[in-house]
Amino acid sequence: MMRLPRFHYYRPRDIHEAAQVLAGEDNAMVIAGGTDLLPNMKRRQQTPGTLVTLRHLDTLKRITNGAGLSIGAGVTLTALVQDRGVKSAYRGLWQAAAQVATPHLRNMGTVGGNICLDTRCNYYDQNHEWRKAIDFCMKKDGDICWVSTGSKTCLATSSTDTAPALISLRAEVELVSANGSRTVPLQDLYRDDGIHYLTRRKDEILTNIVLPHASGTRSVYWKLRRRGSFDFPVLSVAAALEFDDHDIITDAQIVLGAVASQPVVCAAVNDFLRGRRLSDEVIEEAATACIKAAKPVKNTDFATHWRKRAIGYIAGYALRELRGDDMRAARQKIAHQSLS
Amino acid sequence: MSKTGTFSIIGKPRRRVDGVDKVTGRTRFADDIILPRMLHCKLLRSHVPHARITSVDVSRAERYPGVKLVLTGKDFPNEYGILPVSQDEQPLCREKVRFVGDPVAAVVARDEFAAEQALDLIRVEYEPLGTISDSVGALNNPAARLHDYSEEGNIHKRLSYEFGNVEESLANSAHVFEDIFFFEGNTHLPLEQHAAVGMAEAEGRVTLWSSTQCPHYVQRAVAKALDLPMAHIRVIATPNGGGFGGKTDPFNHEIVVVKAAMMLGRPVKICLNREEVFYCHRGRHPVLMKFRTGVDENGALTGMHLQTLLDGGAYGSYGVASTFYTAVLQPVTYHLPRYAFDACRMFTNKPPCGPKRGHGTVQPRFGQEVQLDKIAEKLKIDPAEFRLNIVEKPGALTANYLKIGSIGLEECIRTVVERSGWKDKYRKLPPGKGVGLACSSYLTGAGNSIYWNAMPHSGVQLKLDRSGRVTVFCGATEVGQGSDDMLVATIAEILGIDPLDIRCVTGDTDLTPVDLGSYSSRVTLMMGNAAIQAAERARELIAQAVAQKFAADVASIVFTDGRVCNSGRPEQVLSFQQAVVCAEEIYGSLGTTGSYTPPPPPGKYKGGGVGPSPAYSYTAAVVEVEVDAASGWLSVTKVWIAHDLGRTMNPVLARGQVEGSVYMGLGEALMEESAFRRLPARLSAALVHRQPSMLEYKSPTSMDMPEVITDLIEQPDDNGPFGAKEAGQGPLLPVIPALANAVYDAVGVRIDEVPITAEKIQRALDDKARGGAGRVGPDRFPDIEWPEPYRVPPPWEGGDGNAVNKPQRKRAAKMHRMDEFKQVTAS
Repeated sequence: MMRLPRFHYYRPRDIHEAAQVLAGEDNAMVIAGGTDLLPNMKRRQQTPGTLVTLRHLDTLKRITNGAGLSIGAGVTLTALVQDRGVKSAYRGLWQAAAQVATPHLRNMGTVGGNICLDTRCNYYDQNHEWRKAIDFCMKKDGDICWVSTGSKTCLATSSTDTAPALISLRAEVELVSANGSRTVPLQDLYRDDGIHYLTRRKDEILTNIVLPHASGTRSVYWKLRRRGSFDFPVLSVAAALEFDDHDIITDAQIVLGAVASQPVVCAAVNDFLRGRRLSDEVIEEAATACIKAAKPVKNTDFATHWRKRAIGYIAGYALRELRGDDMRAARQKIAHQSLS
Repeated sequence: MSKTGTFSIIGKPRRRVDGVDKVTGRTRFADDIILPRMLHCKLLRSHVPHARITSVDVSRAERYPGVKLVLTGKDFPNEYGILPVSQDEQPLCREKVRFVGDPVAAVVARDEFAAEQALDLIRVEYEPLGTISDSVGALNNPAARLHDYSEEGNIHKRLSYEFGNVEESLANSAHVFEDIFFFEGNTHLPLEQHAAVGMAEAEGRVTLWSSTQCPHYVQRAVAKALDLPMAHIRVIATPNGGGFGGKTDPFNHEIVVVKAAMMLGRPVKICLNREEVFYCHRGRHPVLMKFRTGVDENGALTGMHLQTLLDGGAYGSYGVASTFYTAVLQPVTYHLPRYAFDACRMFTNKPPCGPKRGHGTVQPRFGQEVQLDKIAEKLKIDPAEFRLNIVEKPGALTANYLKIGSIGLEECIRTVVERSGWKDKYRKLPPGKGVGLACSSYLTGAGNSIYWNAMPHSGVQLKLDRSGRVTVFCGATEVGQGSDDMLVATIAEILGIDPLDIRCVTGDTDLTPVDLGSYSSRVTLMMGNAAIQAAERARELIAQAVAQKFAADVASIVFTDGRVCNSGRPEQVLSFQQAVVCAEEIYGSLGTTGSYTPPPPPGKYKGGGVGPSPAYSYTAAVVEVEVDAASGWLSVTKVWIAHDLGRTMNPVLARGQVEGSVYMGLGEALMEESAFRRLPARLSAALVHRQPSMLEYKSPTSMDMPEVITDLIEQPDDNGPFGAKEAGQGPLLPVIPALANAVYDAVGVRIDEVPITAEKIQRALDDKARGGAGRVGPDRFPDIEWPEPYRVPPPWEGGDGNAVNKPQRKRAAKMHRMDEFKQVTAS
């Protein structure tokens, strides 16, 4: 098998000690579930000298009610899926978490890990020997982006399922460092750069995700991938809408996943939807507008032109489910599971 | 088996004999072997696709802490390969590397980590050579030649045969259909990665444990590669965690660990990672094919001319056989009065292709069954009725001299038509929904070994003693398909004992009689017949002894339910153990042997040895799909399959094989692709496998599997043990074309290439909306200079199985054959 490189393993007493270690070491990374990091280390995409484990820290594993919902970054995706409050009030997040990878990986992987998931690319997610055969790429060990050889920035794709859903639900995240903590809207954690895809500083630890109270918000998550399990998204649509008593949309937040190096908030579509009812025509127009917001590149499964057109179909499905249409048959075809 | 022909074990659903060990983790796979003082090996593989090796410097690697040995191509002077005509592989490359993944050096160290670290310290200088990425490119670029022994340029092998004047038949046909198809390559994807352990023994002997399907062939290859007498090499095939044909070649890593173990006097282990398994490959050849088929006004086939072009990858492997198999089985399914084929295999700078489940026959079966669907539509005949009218007859001798025994295809077709409600669905489902039908046949064991010899293909030895325990020895290899269970069931049936009272020892070249291996669906039939012979001989000995004890007629001695009794006098009964004691008293230590040799092939023409089989299985399938007319998104909703396996040995295993074949067939039809990536030529000459990982090489998960309705059809074949034929490969074949035909029924577009994806369907739908033909597929079959065909008149045109001409052929591979001959006679 591929072997891990050598590293030091640090088991801090609490989050503050973890932050101290990160502040003191140049080449340290945190590890929670390890389902993303350890394979990357085997492929030598990341070679931290020290791993600071967060896995045993109970404070990161809590889901608590308050004004909204607070989810510890160390909550496993399985625990998130099994939480009844999440399933009933934050359906889009539940649908997203339930479709991450496989049951085994959800048992290990955490929501914090999924938010910080490394960006993905067919030229990058390969072992060291393979990458040597293409003389590497700019994301690791090389100079060029093979997806688009003229590109100045890395085009690796944001492939997290939970982040688009959380952003659609207007989540904020808490970051802790040795110097204190700060809270930022999750949307601001990302930037459209396949290498520097997080605004998180190296010494910061994502500890908590805070969701506002969800009453009145309906949310869904649709994920497109080749198979009913295992695969990362090649496209996803997270949508959260609020309606008034007359079914008129009062707030809309549609976020696309896997079409850029960060989750893409469809601001123009959100503006368009506000004040309208979800008629067939409105859904059609909104779905078509979603296509314009996305710039998928040729670095995942499926042909790019097909993925781009598929955005319209999938966004349409998402909006129809929010309208209350029975989408179970379509769900079954796309997701190979009911997610109800 | 009682005298009335009913069975006590055969045909009854049973838990397989190795099932509990497998699910409780007791089975020891090759990677589970841990020996005292064992060392670990890693291979340095080429990162360039085609280059001359100008220097290899291992000095720094040798000094790395924990490294015991570094080997390079210089340490291995001999070529090897599975086929005598393609001895073109080297355990470690000496002069050239031919694909990304070709091994150049090996490091043996105290642990895998140290070995891996030391690989980085080896300096290899390469002088790049031109790179060939597909079969058409290989035809167009003969200068960048991979092998000196190829026929010319990068043409590995060309075949050309004519069984009757096809052109005349086509000229006189009411309709002639011409279609071109492409089948993309794909790989086996066994869950278990290849692993091997070499262990030196005293006096220059050596043992190799390996996850191989063919220990006998590995033993031969190790002997040749390392100049060792075969008698000094013991190969033990560990239970395979899946093979599907991917472990039927001898592999470089096996030879390397044997060499290293002998040099170091310590056990040496290698366990490949998933990327390396993709580089071992030997999977499905990408095949471009062109069918020209004549049909009369009643829908009977008048003749067919098939041309195939195979992308072989970097080495020969089973490729010459694969090339034959892209053509030879076409006449076994439907009656073809005249048949001609040309087939050509190219060398390219990619991992070598070889045998994958359905070896070489899957690609042309896809093409033919889709073409038949088009023909049926044109003739306005129901595709099921159309096929029922042209099914070959039992006992037939085909145009290309393949002798068929039983054929259950009509019953298979009728069964899937009935079960699926075909008549209410075909052309009658609402838009976006469709059904498709296809059929196939497959061999039950190749009629010839991969090297010419007159010896048995399978041998079985029985040992019986006073404990009542029967031990059966056979070289056959358990690769997950259930061969151990078939062996035990056969012996238990004949001796009337509980399968649990039989221990089987298999796949060990020191202990077990030769069986050629778990490939070509040969084990149940060949091993089964050998086992029946051995068991009947043992039964005869025991019956003689018991008859003597009871002063009874031998013919009245019956073996049943663990007892041996006199059928004439019910009170005269012994337990099986007592009966064995009786026999041991009279005859001394008890042992019997059995062996099986397939019947000689009726075709005497050169090349007529590929295609003959003792028996042919038959399958029909109906696939039901839903297609989204906007996105092309394709969902398979249900599959009905009926497979004629002659006789069901164990229905649990048989269904497992059939449904596993459906699963694998759907994977190939929908998503699996051994696709390769080139970079912009001005920047890089790289040629890499696009997705050598379990995650990105897409193969269906359990979530993607539709409901499958399986029917087992029994048309016993005289050549099969209890009438049994194969079940492990044939059922894969019809699934892929049935799916393609279902897509056409659903949305009216033809996807004439595999895999059939949403994006291709959408492209065809767009094309159709613009007034086009609504087809995605290749347009052109390249011009190839074919050799003069062997002309063999079919049996009904006065042929006797010989060619009537003597075409001249290049003799490029002659030298290798001589080497092989010397090696066989020397050992």
